[in-house]
Amino acid sequence: MTPPVPGGSAGGTGPSAQGSPASGQSPAGAGQPASGQTDPGRLPPTRRGTELFMLAFAALLVTSAFVLVEANQEQTLTWAIVWYGLSYLAVFTAAHLAVRRWAPYADPVILPCVALLNGIGLVMIYRIDLAQTEKFAGTDTPWVDAAPRQLMWAAIALALFLGAMYWVSDHRTLSRYTYTFGLIGLIALALPGALPSAISEVNGSKVWLRLGPLSIQPGEFAKILLMIFFAGFLVSKRDLFTTAGRKIVGMELPRARDLGPVLAAWAVSVGVLVLEKDLGNSLLFFGMVLVMLYMATERVAWVVVGLTLFVAGCLIAYNVFSHVESRVHAWLDPFADYDAGGFQIAQALFAFGTGGVGGTGLGAGRPEMLLRQANSDFITAAIGEELGFVGLAAILMLYMLVALRGMRSALAVRDTFGKLLGAGLSFSLVLQVFVVVGGVTTLIPLTGITAPFLSAGGSSMMANYILVALLLRISDAARRPQQQARPRPQQQAPLSDAHTVMVERPQ
Amino acid sequence: MNTPLRRVGLAMLAMIALLIANTTYLQVVEADGYRADPRNQRVLLDEYSRERGKLISQFNGEVLAGVKATNSRLRFQRTYTNGPVYAPVTGYYSIRYGAGGLERSEDEVLNGSDPRLLVRRMSDVITGRDPRGGNVQLTVDPKVQREAYQQMTSKGYSGSVVALRPQTGEILGMVSTPSYDPNKLSTHDSNQQQEAWTNYNNDPNRPMVNRAIQDTYPPGSTFKLVTAAAALENGKGDASLPADSQIALPSGGGTTLENYEGSHCGSGGNTVDLETALALSCNTAFAKLAGDVGREPLLDQAAKFGIGGEDLQIPMRVAQSSLGEIADEASLYQTGIGQRDVRLTPLQDAMVAASIANGGTTMQPQLVKEVLAPDLTTIQEFTPETLDTAMSGANAETLKQMMIKSEENTSGEGKSDLTIASKTGTAEHGSDPKSTPPHAWYVAFAPAENPQVAICVMVESGGDFGLVATGGKVAASIGRATIDAALRGGG
Repeated sequence: MTPPVPGGSAGGTGPSAQGSPASGQSPAGAGQPASGQTDPGRLPPTRRGTELFMLAFAALLVTSAFVLVEANQEQTLTWAIVWYGLSYLAVFTAAHLAVRRWAPYADPVILPCVALLNGIGLVMIYRIDLAQTEKFAGTDTPWVDAAPRQLMWAAIALALFLGAMYWVSDHRTLSRYTYTFGLIGLIALALPGALPSAISEVNGSKVWLRLGPLSIQPGEFAKILLMIFFAGFLVSKRDLFTTAGRKIVGMELPRARDLGPVLAAWAVSVGVLVLEKDLGNSLLFFGMVLVMLYMATERVAWVVVGLTLFVAGCLIAYNVFSHVESRVHAWLDPFADYDAGGFQIAQALFAFGTGGVGGTGLGAGRPEMLLRQANSDFITAAIGEELGFVGLAAILMLYMLVALRGMRSALAVRDTFGKLLGAGLSFSLVLQVFVVVGGVTTLIPLTGITAPFLSAGGSSMMANYILVALLLRISDAARRPQQQARPRPQQQAPLSDAHTVMVERPQ
Repeated sequence: MNTPLRRVGLAMLAMIALLIANTTYLQVVEADGYRADPRNQRVLLDEYSRERGKLISQFNGEVLAGVKATNSRLRFQRTYTNGPVYAPVTGYYSIRYGAGGLERSEDEVLNGSDPRLLVRRMSDVITGRDPRGGNVQLTVDPKVQREAYQQMTSKGYSGSVVALRPQTGEILGMVSTPSYDPNKLSTHDSNQQQEAWTNYNNDPNRPMVNRAIQDTYPPGSTFKLVTAAAALENGKGDASLPADSQIALPSGGGTTLENYEGSHCGSGGNTVDLETALALSCNTAFAKLAGDVGREPLLDQAAKFGIGGEDLQIPMRVAQSSLGEIADEASLYQTGIGQRDVRLTPLQDAMVAASIANGGTTMQPQLVKEVLAPDLTTIQEFTPETLDTAMSGANAETLKQMMIKSEENTSGEGKSDLTIASKTGTAEHGSDPKSTPPHAWYVAFAPAENPQVAICVMVESGGDFGLVATGGKVAASIGRATIDAALRGGG
């Protein structure tokens, strides 16, 4: 009998093949740094070079887009492009350096995708500024350019990104403050609803916190805080939710007394809907809770229970709240009430139709037709018009790439908290895209939330950059070779060196 | 716990796939419907920011409607030279309110989408030039148009002047007053646009109605030309007609029809001939003549002049002129003198004069002389088209001589040594005709021996003469001035 020997190297600095059986200790088989087995002397590649290359490509695309917009709109090139281009480059150079420094093994695809999305968003916002400035020129409320502000928000978001990268050196530390985050998140979510309208209401939605010149939407940050809370809470209380209750139609229903947290989440989302008139965030929040609960427990029953509650909530909201009802009507037939409620969504449909497959070209569309929300809720319609189906599909693919890379990291990371948090963050990104793009394309009723990284708006930008920082942190943890080697099993001597042993034959 | 994560990952893929599928449906399957929806202004706005073709006069190449480059999003603004003068010809072109008149009927050429411009458009795409619209050359003579407009507006008249070239049907002038300024509708300031539009449409004088082709009026005695033509064509040209100052309408229950100011027709005697009756415009004679000719021959004759034709286009649609029902003999009598239900557009009345001037051949009136490419090369030329033969050459000559006599009996200013053949009309209208100022008409052509221009002047409700207005007093001088303008080296 020959015991397995690590090929070639007698000492074996890397983890030996023997020491890391795919079964056993770590359930995350995919997360094992596989390279150590073939070349134990070298660390796995960090792929930072790939990231830099892709970032440069994104910057090239964004710069070309700026040039196209200028050429189509102004027939000349202005210095504005240079400033925007340089600021954009500075932001993502800083982000890249931060990743190099603090999360060298992070996924190389996520940051370039986000950079491209952010860049295209910036181009569109700048382009919409040009159109809106002209449209509102001479009126009582001239258009205030959103692109410079967006750039400022990007800089602030970058600072938060760097901060998150620096302080959260290991995502597992977050799980220590589960309840603190939960409490802050809940307060942030509820705060605008509780405050007087003068401070919190803009355009009918009570989701703002207006502090002097700054106005932020605390709900955007609450989403992330609450996701951390749920990940931590569900990991520690997993057993509670897996206890089987009665079995109905081949499905194990949870016990009635375990329904508490789901009901609480439902109540919060209904509260958001009622107090803040914010359909989108209410939907987003509840969807996230359901999916995280499902991932933590592997029980479809939770989803079924949640969806039942959701449908009930929808029906009640439809019958009780006029703003919900009008949204649904505008969704079912935008042209029935063209002059009032359906106008904006009908214009979005016109934008998509006019764009067609190839689009009208950057700067050659009519985004001002989408009214004042052209650069926020309806930015995907403006993209659909100017870049066409091809461009919009590409944007959707970018989102999918970011989310799937995040999900891959979640699969690969070793700790349960990281898995749940990473998967939750990835899913929330896709859910948000689904709600906003689905709303604009009349797949679902319009709910009025922003497209991550694309839309104008500081809170969304800042929150989503923190989200990306956390995803990068988790992906770094997933790919980083383990620092402290596990206690190595006793090295068996080669057969030739072994002592002969007398074995007594059993009688 | 990797299994649920993978499932959620699949769900994420499915959600994105669903979005892409829905976008495909919107942007590929349904796209054309949304693009063409009339409420979708995007395509329209694109058109408005393209360099639109010009409207040019055939005579001195004067640009009646052109474009001015602007710095705004709509890169070109439509401008009109002497807007109110040419408005009935050019029409308007407004971002908010669409286009009217020639701007609308020749829109495809002007905006460059006409198939005849296709080859040039392709070359524009290849050479990278901005697509431009084609130009339209008009038959209008600026001298005629300006003079007629000047004449009408200096006296503050509401009405219309139409001038035709008898041999070709080319419209040399088409004036309608009061007019509007299309520049105010083509401005890029949407508030000004809206204000102008509202003002024009609320104005009781209806400045935006092109009276030459969009309104019909009772033609009064000018219609006697049609009755006379019918009589000549039906061999009743030498009938002797009653000269009484008034006659009873047949089966009219004692209703009578009388001459102007109840005067006796001619210098004495109980009958007059057709020439005298036309020269003096005797109602009783023509009423009786219409009765003699009969309903069907009169309708036939009118149709040969174009009256009753349904789809006359110049290329704007012209309102249908008509003789009405002519239900009984009494109506026929009244129809014979251009009253009752007879309604003509001023253009139609000018066509009658032009046809007589052209030896009895009615030409299709036309406003477009040539369609030109953006580089001013000819794409299509206008060829004169015969509408119908209304009279024999001999009968037309006879009628012309009667009209020369009529002109001799017509008052009004502006007479010269030019031989003009004309007919006046003073048409009663409204529910109380005796106390409503009549419409004053004057149709004519000149020079009689070799007619170069046929005109029709119509002044609504007596102009500034009120109840005592007549075609001679009100309209004739305008007509003569217009003829002068056309013949003064008018090419």
